[in-house]
Amino acid sequence: MNREYRDIPGTYVMDGQHCRKGYHLNMFCMSLNKAENRDEFRKDEAAYLEKFKLSDEQKKAVLERDWLGMLRLGGNIYYTFKLAIFDGRSMQFVGGAMSDVTEEEFRQMMIAGGRPIEGNRSKKEQEQSNG
Amino acid sequence: MAKIVTGIGSSHVPSVGAVIDNNKEQDPYWKPLFDGYQPARDWIQDNMPDVAIVVYNDHASAFGLNLIPTFTLGVADEFPPADEGYGPRKVPTAVGDPDLAWHLAESLILDEFDMTIANEMSVDHGCTVPLSIMFDKPEQWPCKIIPLCVNVIQYPPPTGKRCFDLGKAIRKAVEAYDKDIKVAIFGTGGMSHQLQGERAGLVNAEFDQSFLDRLTTDPVGLTKIQHVEYMREAGSEGIELVMWLIMRGAMGDDASETYKFYHVPASNTGAGLIVLEDGSQK
Repeated sequence: MNREYRDIPGTYVMDGQHCRKGYHLNMFCMSLNKAENRDEFRKDEAAYLEKFKLSDEQKKAVLERDWLGMLRLGGNIYYTFKLAIFDGRSMQFVGGAMSDVTEEEFRQMMIAGGRPIEGNRSKKEQEQSNG
Repeated sequence: MAKIVTGIGSSHVPSVGAVIDNNKEQDPYWKPLFDGYQPARDWIQDNMPDVAIVVYNDHASAFGLNLIPTFTLGVADEFPPADEGYGPRKVPTAVGDPDLAWHLAESLILDEFDMTIANEMSVDHGCTVPLSIMFDKPEQWPCKIIPLCVNVIQYPPPTGKRCFDLGKAIRKAVEAYDKDIKVAIFGTGGMSHQLQGERAGLVNAEFDQSFLDRLTTDPVGLTKIQHVEYMREAGSEGIELVMWLIMRGAMGDDASETYKFYHVPASNTGAGLIVLEDGSQK
């Protein structure tokens, strides 16, 4: 199987391997679609997480709102964003958190045209230009 | 006989829905986007279809990872807006067209496109935001809606070519339907955007504008774009653009561009809108 997409920098492709790793994490996130589950999670986050088969690392990433960590542990942004919605956070906040800038800096980057494609296509290309 | 007369390509950014729901269209940040939408909104009022087939993707709303159908056709009487985590959008319940939808499901499956059939399905912003973009805030949507949900979250989504071919099969099926109705088809999602990871915020306006141009000048060439190229050039979530190719395949070879608009940014994306008309309509 061609996995050429693994050369794309800063990108966690939701392939089968990623899905297996993050299945329970993502399904926990999806459970927050239901108002009664949101209420229960709000009352005691750690206790609610016990209902799902998350690894300790995944639980920690959820409780600490480690947005990039969740992706590395199998999370998918459409699912982890359910947690951001729960927190009242915007996609720009989460985008900033994952790329290590503030929400306002991220917003300004978008207004200026977004993150440029030049220099962001390929890990190989980045390594070569960094010598 | 039924006919596909209009193709709409549109982004389905959730915050655009929130802006419409909260009457913020004239805010300085959003005004340029809505100014760009207005000509298409005016046009559709004079060219209202009887039914719109809306090709979109669900975002962990109606479908989770427990079951991941590639193509799902909604055959229900109605499709309520989904709760995506902040309560359902206050938009009308979409009224379906079960008669045409079942005709499509049967025709497509016998034409070797193995559709999943949904008798119950809520629709999230992927479906409702393009309706709001085109129809604004009516009490009821002005036409019947057939949702066609495509998996683009779990890799791999269907290829661009498969999507284009499905569009062609949809056209054939609609033309074999015995009621004299006008059908529009929406291809939604994109354009370039990456929501995840350290590369979040990627926008590639050059890619997007070329994609918009090639919808009329070189649609077959667009079907050759591979998944890795979408993800690399248009961002990991830019792969949603394969859904526009279902719309394009459903339009005739001689479809022409009536209106096109592109704007950066809408939230974290490059936002596009295109109106195509069937060649025989002109």
